[in-house]
Amino acid sequence: MSATVQPISDLAPAGAVTKPPLKIFRNLQSKIALTPLMATVIFVFIGCSLWTIFYSFTSSRILPTSNFARDFVGIEQYTRLFTSSRWQLSVKNLFVFSFFSLIFTFVCGFLLAVFMDQRIRLENTFRTIFLYPFALSFIITGIVWAWALNPAFGLQKSVRDLGWTNFTFDWIANRQMVVYSLVIAAVWQGTGLMMALMLAGLRGIDEEIWKAARVDGIPKWRTYWSIIIPMMRPVFITALVLFAAGAVRTYDLVIAMTGGGPGLSSQFPTIYVYEFMFVSNLSQGLAASSVLLAAVGIIVVPWAFWEFGKKKQ
Amino acid sequence: MEPSGPRPIRRFAPSRVFVYTVLVISAIYFLIPLYIMIVTSLKGLEEVRLGYIFQLPMHITFEAWDKAWNKACTGLECLGMHTNFWNSVKITVPSVIVSIAIGAVNGYALANWRFRGSEFFFIVLLVGSFIPYQVMIYPLVLLTSAIGIYSTLWAVIVVHSIFGMPLLTLLFRNYFASLPAELFKAARVDGAGFWGVFFKIMLPMSLPIFTVAIILQVTGIWNDFLFGVIFAGPTNYPMTVKLNNIVNSIQGVREYNVNMAATILTGLVPLTIYFISGKLFVRGIAAGAVKG
Repeated sequence: MSATVQPISDLAPAGAVTKPPLKIFRNLQSKIALTPLMATVIFVFIGCSLWTIFYSFTSSRILPTSNFARDFVGIEQYTRLFTSSRWQLSVKNLFVFSFFSLIFTFVCGFLLAVFMDQRIRLENTFRTIFLYPFALSFIITGIVWAWALNPAFGLQKSVRDLGWTNFTFDWIANRQMVVYSLVIAAVWQGTGLMMALMLAGLRGIDEEIWKAARVDGIPKWRTYWSIIIPMMRPVFITALVLFAAGAVRTYDLVIAMTGGGPGLSSQFPTIYVYEFMFVSNLSQGLAASSVLLAAVGIIVVPWAFWEFGKKKQ
Repeated sequence: MEPSGPRPIRRFAPSRVFVYTVLVISAIYFLIPLYIMIVTSLKGLEEVRLGYIFQLPMHITFEAWDKAWNKACTGLECLGMHTNFWNSVKITVPSVIVSIAIGAVNGYALANWRFRGSEFFFIVLLVGSFIPYQVMIYPLVLLTSAIGIYSTLWAVIVVHSIFGMPLLTLLFRNYFASLPAELFKAARVDGAGFWGVFFKIMLPMSLPIFTVAIILQVTGIWNDFLFGVIFAGPTNYPMTVKLNNIVNSIQGVREYNVNMAATILTGLVPLTIYFISGKLFVRGIAAGAVKG
């Protein structure tokens, strides 16, 4: 609050007989300037979310219903959703995808950051190379990896040409393994960002700690494991929340790389939402998206309390 | 006691060799997709069909690039990507300007002119930025149809401006809050009002943060797929949507070299910005990622 200054009218000399302005007009300019923000918060973030939740309790099909008395169906859309095998598969895919892409992105990102932190030469060049996938659209990432992993032309073919004729790497065309091919692409895109976040965290740690550890003769790996990693917990948690909330929204990557296939094997919740919302059954799509909202809420709200609660202390 | 001055770097210690080996191998791994993209796009279709994905082209040809730009097909329509490139430009430029203008003013107001409830809006905005877009998209379709802009470029621009606000507001708020408070107080004593301080004091000092914001927004909006496919309407599709339609079009022969050329063309704008901006890009994503 240090930057806040009384409005000019309050700075008038004590003897002046100006009436104090009405409370609502205090910082009026500021309130006017923040109108777009308030409108967005009220109408879009709160209003649209409530709209979606509300209509998920109806039986709207192509367009939202106008007759609530007739079309209110309670939680029917949700029971239908959770018994749908397609939704169950989508959720399972999302869990598998999120779990493995998070683990690999974390481990690779952290290790790369540690290596980058060894006072190396060409640090800028390496960072540019590790981070460029993040500047690309998920559509591009998906298309490139679909091409590289294409069994007939890509990696599998190239290795077979080298003489290992039995080599098989057809994850992208394999119903059981297709989710893992998405993990490969997601890790490629996300590791650079994770590395940048971790590197910022590592650089934020006091040099004195390293000196103290060196004086005590603690080996480097031990210092990382027992001192640095525990100290970087806030960075880990923030990164975890960011990546987990991002994983729930995964859409473009799947559309571009597998289109949800082969068959329906790489369906994701976001694709389910889209297809019901704009194709056949609006309320079913809205119910599914409300579930996504709840999922993100479970990830983000505790973190937000933790973040803001920490600041107040 | 440790001696002062920079540490002498021991060049050939085994641990250094290990560090560089790991970094170089990782760098190669990260570059492979880019390499494949470029190499494939420079081959003729006959050569692509041979399937030597890692091999350099025997005959370099720019046919695939020409085709991707001028006459690549989606369904029965063979117009290439050039109109979609301009659609992307028409979406990106106004969205970037509007969202940054709003974000800068918001951030300034929140950092310097707080009032009862302003923090509340800010926190809701931050939490709201995590809401999956799918939750808000259908009502936004209704809203944009109600004001008659659905299926036009304007709808995409409005949606981008709205969803750019949380991050940009945060970015500018943190930046303005980090400027010395005395500056603001001095200007106030000299009689400058809300906009006076903003235009005369704050704006001239904010070139770095504006650069960061522009980098973030241009790459973010250019790379968007979801809003483009939902709000733009088929004639206004941005490049990313067109790219996906070209590559995943079911009709006709699959021309992988054209696909890869189209992919590079789509990635060219963000990649150029990324390679030019260097450290500023990192600063932007770090500011965006580590909130608060």
